[in-house]
Amino acid sequence: MSPESVLTRAGYVLSLADDSLIAAQRMGEWIASAPELEEDVALGNIALDLLGQARSLLSYAGQVEATALGNHDGPVRDEDDLAYLRDERDFLNVHLVERSHGPHGGDFAVTMARMLILSTYQMELYSHLRTSTDETLAAIAAKAVKEVDYHRDHANMWVLRLGDGTEDSHRRMQAGLDAEWPYHHELFDNAHIDPLLVESGAAVDPRLLREPWERRVDEVIAQATLSIPDVRPAVTGGRRGIHTEQMGYLLAEMQHLARSHPGASW
Amino acid sequence: MAHDPTGDATPGRRGWPLWEVFVRARRGLSHAHVGSLHAPDAEMALRNARDLYTRRQEGVSLWVVPASSITASSPDEKDAFFDPAADKIYRHPTFYDIPEGVDHL
Repeated sequence: MSPESVLTRAGYVLSLADDSLIAAQRMGEWIASAPELEEDVALGNIALDLLGQARSLLSYAGQVEATALGNHDGPVRDEDDLAYLRDERDFLNVHLVERSHGPHGGDFAVTMARMLILSTYQMELYSHLRTSTDETLAAIAAKAVKEVDYHRDHANMWVLRLGDGTEDSHRRMQAGLDAEWPYHHELFDNAHIDPLLVESGAAVDPRLLREPWERRVDEVIAQATLSIPDVRPAVTGGRRGIHTEQMGYLLAEMQHLARSHPGASW
Repeated sequence: MAHDPTGDATPGRRGWPLWEVFVRARRGLSHAHVGSLHAPDAEMALRNARDLYTRRQEGVSLWVVPASSITASSPDEKDAFFDPAADKIYRHPTFYDIPEGVDHL
């Protein structure tokens, strides 16, 4: 493997890690303010699953990066360095996961629409990555696929109940779906992935995930008596480190403790 | 939509009915009562039970039952229900002498 292709591998792993890390951070905002205590625990569990995936992927990205730089004995950026000490432009997550869940602490329908979009994508992604030629990625994916399958189930349940519920819940679920829909396209963009990585069987071409994703999501939407939003794709750039205004606030909250007290532990 | 079997179940907070949760810890054991929770319907109750009561691999199977479906004995009837058993010593195996020559009883 040439050093360059290993570096792009680190970038690929980082993009997967950042999707989960930032989604987990946003999800955590629901803790203690979900509609019901039971839902509080469910969302907390899901956020922790995502955080666990992010930790494995970040650690691995750090190792791959160090190998690529020929830095065998020197310092390797660990999961904390990568989560807490990178600046906004170095994060490679999609815009879908970084935006707030709506005004006044969050709109539950937005959260469920986003979870449906993200978990269905991650389900397809990790299912493919289980057979990656990169053994570490394959192992992380094998564990993650069961977790995101549950996230998908949770989102399906709520989208069905809210969509096919009362007139008010139907209207609000449709509004949540409309708000998140413009951001799903970015998940299937492959511009940031080195074609060699896909060719070698280490990475998955995200374009392949689109068709099965659409099939699953369309089915849930139809069952929930909702309609597929007719909205234009959002202008995004997360995979290139271009983020929305809200990303800065999220990072400030996530990173300030680690940056104010370097090396602190508890 | 899932059928809500609770009917006029006791409404919980903001109308979500109460469910009792039973977990089978291992194959071969019975489902044992572990607690209760609120959920809008049976399917969601099952998932909430998974999140609340099996976080540390406590079980291999879950039951949820609408709390309103359980008929419980009343504390007022405690004496009539349970005290008569106190002096029926012949209901215990220790009451009986083992006949000679029976080794494996």
